[in-house]
Amino acid sequence: MTREDDSELRDTALEATELDRRLTATWATPPGLWGALSTVDHKIIGRRYITTAVVFLALGGLLSLLMRLQLAQPEARFIGPDRYNQIFSIHGTNMMFLFAVPVMQAMAVYLVPLMVGTRSIAFPRLNAFSYWMYLAGGLLLWIAFMLDAGPDVGWFAYVPLSGPEYAAGKRADIWAQMITFTEVSALAVAVEIVVTVFKQRAPGMSLDRIPLFVWSMLVTSFLVILAMPAIMIASTALILDRLVETHFFNPAEGGDVLLWQHLFWFFGHPEVYIIFLPAVGMVSTIVATFTRRPVFGYLGMVMALISTGVLALGLWVHHMFVAGLPRLGESFFTASSMAIAIPAGLQIFCWLATIWAGRPIFKTPFLFVIGFMVIFVIGGLTGVMVASVPFDTQVHDTYFVVAHFHYVLVGGAVFPLLGAIYYWFPKFTGRMMSETLGRWVFGLIFAGFNLTFFPMHILGLRGMPRRIYTYQPEMPWSGLNMLISLSAIILAVGFLLFFIDAIRSGRSGAPAPSNPWGASTLEWATSSPPPPYNFARTPVVGSLEPLSDNPDMLPVAAGLRVDCRELLVTSVVEAIPEAREPSSGDSIWPLWAALATTATLIWSIFTPWAVVWGSIPVAIALIGWFWPKGTSEDDS
Amino acid sequence: MLIEGTGFALSIVVYLYLMSLAPSWPLNAAPPDLLAGTSLTALLVASLVPNLFLARWARNQNLLKVRVGLIVMSLLGIAPLILRAFEFPAMHIKWDQNAYGSIVWVMLGLHTTHILTDLIETLVLTCLMFSRHGDNGRRFGDVSDNAMYWNFVVVTWLPMYACLYWVPRL
Amino acid sequence: MRTARPLLLSVIIAVAPGCSGNQSALNPHGAPAIHVEHLIIGTVAACTAVWILVMVILGLALLRRRRAAADSAKSEARLTMTVVAAVVATGVIIAGLTIASFYTTRSIGGPESAALTITVRGQQWWWQIFYASSGATPGFQTANEIHIPLGEDVNIRLESADVIHSFWVPSLAGKQDLVPGRSNSLLLRAEKPGVYRGQCAEFCGLQHSHMAIVVIAEAPVDYERWAAAQRGDAMVPADPDAAAGQAAFLAKPCAACHTVRGTPANGTTGPDLTHIGARQTIGAGLLETTRGSLAAWIADPQTLKPGNNMPMVPLTSVELQNISAYMESLK
Ligand code: HEA
Ligand code: HEA
Ligand code: HEC
Ligand code: CUA
Ligand SMILES: [Cu+2]
Repeated sequence: MTREDDSELRDTALEATELDRRLTATWATPPGLWGALSTVDHKIIGRRYITTAVVFLALGGLLSLLMRLQLAQPEARFIGPDRYNQIFSIHGTNMMFLFAVPVMQAMAVYLVPLMVGTRSIAFPRLNAFSYWMYLAGGLLLWIAFMLDAGPDVGWFAYVPLSGPEYAAGKRADIWAQMITFTEVSALAVAVEIVVTVFKQRAPGMSLDRIPLFVWSMLVTSFLVILAMPAIMIASTALILDRLVETHFFNPAEGGDVLLWQHLFWFFGHPEVYIIFLPAVGMVSTIVATFTRRPVFGYLGMVMALISTGVLALGLWVHHMFVAGLPRLGESFFTASSMAIAIPAGLQIFCWLATIWAGRPIFKTPFLFVIGFMVIFVIGGLTGVMVASVPFDTQVHDTYFVVAHFHYVLVGGAVFPLLGAIYYWFPKFTGRMMSETLGRWVFGLIFAGFNLTFFPMHILGLRGMPRRIYTYQPEMPWSGLNMLISLSAIILAVGFLLFFIDAIRSGRSGAPAPSNPWGASTLEWATSSPPPPYNFARTPVVGSLEPLSDNPDMLPVAAGLRVDCRELLVTSVVEAIPEAREPSSGDSIWPLWAALATTATLIWSIFTPWAVVWGSIPVAIALIGWFWPKGTSEDDS
Repeated sequence: MLIEGTGFALSIVVYLYLMSLAPSWPLNAAPPDLLAGTSLTALLVASLVPNLFLARWARNQNLLKVRVGLIVMSLLGIAPLILRAFEFPAMHIKWDQNAYGSIVWVMLGLHTTHILTDLIETLVLTCLMFSRHGDNGRRFGDVSDNAMYWNFVVVTWLPMYACLYWVPRL
Repeated sequence: MRTARPLLLSVIIAVAPGCSGNQSALNPHGAPAIHVEHLIIGTVAACTAVWILVMVILGLALLRRRRAAADSAKSEARLTMTVVAAVVATGVIIAGLTIASFYTTRSIGGPESAALTITVRGQQWWWQIFYASSGATPGFQTANEIHIPLGEDVNIRLESADVIHSFWVPSLAGKQDLVPGRSNSLLLRAEKPGVYRGQCAEFCGLQHSHMAIVVIAEAPVDYERWAAAQRGDAMVPADPDAAAGQAAFLAKPCAACHTVRGTPANGTTGPDLTHIGARQTIGAGLLETTRGSLAAWIADPQTLKPGNNMPMVPLTSVELQNISAYMESLK
């Protein structure tokens, strides 16, 4: 590595300000609309991704308020059955596919490259493409809803209700195609994360020094890769049944109705851990920072993540306990579902031990973690309850299950996420969120949440099925429903305050230093917000907590080029530097490819020929994407 | 490839699942004719030989041989498509007749799209290798990735072939 | 032609709500539901204890006074021991819960032994019910209301005519789906006489909310009396209004969809109305059966139960009154 002529300028040759200038020139996104549309900077895309997902959270939340309005009283007439069915289907679909999964992946898109100390995510163009696909899928769902063509078959769209015979119109097709959009984008991100984590870690970050959040995203990404093909097959088969009269789900012609359920839940169950595991990683990160010590039992935590991931693939039947499968098989799924309490418990115990041994600081992110513990354990325990077949025969498809999954989804994923947003907001924006407002937000959401969802357990046991748009006055449910609806207002006020805080702080919050919490992972080793190239010099890691070992001076590795985008590739296990690898530059082609794919997918709701004709522009866009442009990134 | 492999595996699982439910299998159809499918299988397996050579040449960055190899592989990508066209009628069933027809057509279709995408990729690479962008480490890397992908397409076909052609004869 | 609108409005206001009865897993009166209730109480108690324990430890961990410099190696080892112990305890508890769950399933048993089999066919959005013939006694059909003899095992065979539904009468037993192309079964065994309400639990489209079913458990003699009455053909209307109603019923499209045994009406799209007047509710639990509610329903089913599969048949108010009288007379 001695050649240092201008065509191959290395960072070794430059001092700090000059290095910054050169690297910025190489990595920065050009200003203007074109720059914004063609950028592949993982931080810009990650921020976009997060913002979009949070907007979907707000929209989905507004839908839930409409439901609560309708359900507050018996036989209310605010919303008719047709609208109501669209509303709860879109609430569920939106929350799962457009909010929860993408927001977790979005956090990873932003954070993982920083946490492993590299300059960019792997396959940055694919990353841009995945965002556009996600956005298109979200718009498809919501525009359809505005046009009164929103899916109305529930978030798991059971056949035959969603099949050709009973779901006329295009509503169910829109649901199925929206799935395709979000799956494509989720799969793309999963592949990027896996490669980033395996091949781009900072030198010295061997497997046992990977931050727990990164581990959790790695396991999550594998789950995505293994589980999502099932829903792809399922939704494709559904579209084929509806469009070209295949008979996958038609019992009259040898098809089977439960086949759908098996395929859906083979994906759908891992899906909930795809949402939950990243949240676990966030909790570990926050706990470590705010108890001022590393998380207790690192190895145990990693094993828990992996075993949850493995077990997750073997539980799907617990969503089908009353579908009439053989009892013996169901018992197996009871045992395996309950078994997942062991890794979950292990994690809880390790966090408790960490807090016990540490010195807690009660800042807003940590408050959300405490809220998470209180709520998630309830949700997990009700999960253990419904895992029992006889128990489940009474509560399946009732508000008890609605309570279970909001406890685990909101308590287990949204609470950690809110904590994580308070925690990483300074890194994302360079500004702090308000600590005072944060306490109010936490208090309102915590109280509002429990008041809203705890009574649902009781409603379920007292016979109230889910997915009903109304109930009769003589059913003994109206009091609790009114309480729930009123409490949902408290919850909504809490969220509103959160949005206000986020928007206000983003504009005029106190400027953040590079490491405001005294945290120990690499993302805090660079400025807030980070420069386009993340790290001026690649950090070298000597322990699990690189910043607390050596708070002022992080050892760095040098030798990367500064005149073109280049990053360091390291070995999978030990993270020993192996090579310098170019990283693609900005490109508009991912957007074109996404547009072409979008047009094809939407058109194919109407005619199968769309796939044939649509593949032409898609192929053109892909060739344009990969065709070498003669830049140095392409050629080295 | 892990993703697609899972997809292929699942399609086989669906096939076997539907079979397990059916009173007789194939449902209201004769077992498929073997000729087209078997010759396609033979052809695919045979195509592995030039493909492995191509991969080796790409590793050695031998431009000339890679060019030749790519042309051969392009042709070997087109030939199975022709045979595939005969496979669909050999199934003696249409996709909209019953669930057996549906899964059989989807499995064939799924695999065909993989042949097709690989073929297009091979064609594009062939053009590239004849252009000024050709002689370049990254392009050779692309060629060996592409060869790898073809191996995958061939290998995944084998269980599908067994499933489509031989399971109905059990 | 005068339509029935004004009458309808007054009737809707007057109509008393349908029957409610028991519909709660916590108020069990059937053997399977009682077993499950025990399981529910036990499991919830165990889990509550676990939660309280975890919360207490969390509270202590957060608030405990920290000693300046503890022997860190020793305290780490103690923590490790504690965590391992907790994980082992978790394993023991879930093993216990799993065993309790299996045991409950076992004690509920299957419907194989039942003497009486009733077939329930779910339809969007009502329940079609068949009592099988046994020996010389013929079977019969009814809708939305099941009678069962007290203290006897009854096998409910579950089938679907269209989409998936779920049969759930929580006070008697847990639920079981009705899956098109498959046939499931469920054991019922009422331990106390009463009227038990149930409701479709699997989302099945527009009127999933109004797909209730009533199960009446009664002493075996009462049950036999009821069954004998059900087997018979429909009563011949005595009252002149009802007789006129019968004529109108047969002349209008009603007969194309509904069966009234003993008359030419033999449609199969809608519920069998042979003994509709004897059922407690109409419209799958929507309204209590009275002449007024029948009139309201027939005059405008789409307002009362939007989207259901019975169209509004234009009738004059006289026709409507007569038909309602006729329906009510079909005891
Ligand atoms: C983030 C999402 C998330 C998470 C983490 C979980 C976690 C769990 N879930 Fe849940 N679940 C959902 C989301 C989630 N679930 C959703 C969305 C649905 C409904 C879908 C729909 O129908 O719409 C659902 C439905 C669902 C069902 C189907 C119910 C039905 O439809 O009838 C079942 C059944 O077994 C189940 C079980 C479990 C179990 C056993 C866990 C376990 O992982 C929980 C483990 C955690 C703990 C147990 C707590 C911590 C442990 C301790 C403190 C140790 C001590 C514990 C003991 C001694 C027991 N879930
Ligand atoms: C992560 C997932 C997630 C989240 C966060 C939520 C959040 C909420 N959910 Fe949801 N829910 C599901 C996932 C989720 N849900 C799923 C999967 C289903 C099943 C669907 C199905 O059956 O198919 C379901 C079903 C479901 C039902 C059952 C419907 C039925 O069966 O008929 C109900 C009923 O009360 C409900 C309520 C709520 C409420 C009150 C919230 C609250 O927590 C929401 C709080 C948020 C807000 C209130 C937003 C506040 C926003 C503002 C105030 C606007 C500010 C705007 C700007 C600044 C732009 N949900
Ligand atoms: C196109 C078919 C159709 C026609 C015509 C029709 N019905 Fe119905 N009817 C139904 C269906 C379907 C239901 C079940 C509706 C539900 O509860 O969802 C029903 C329900 C009823 C019920 C309630 C039965 C119960 O057990 O709950 C009565 C009473 C009734 N119809 C009477 C009539 C009369 C009187 C007419 C003629 C004026 C008529 N129906 C015409 C299809 C029809
Ligand atoms: Cu039938 Cu819900
Ligand atoms: Cu699950």
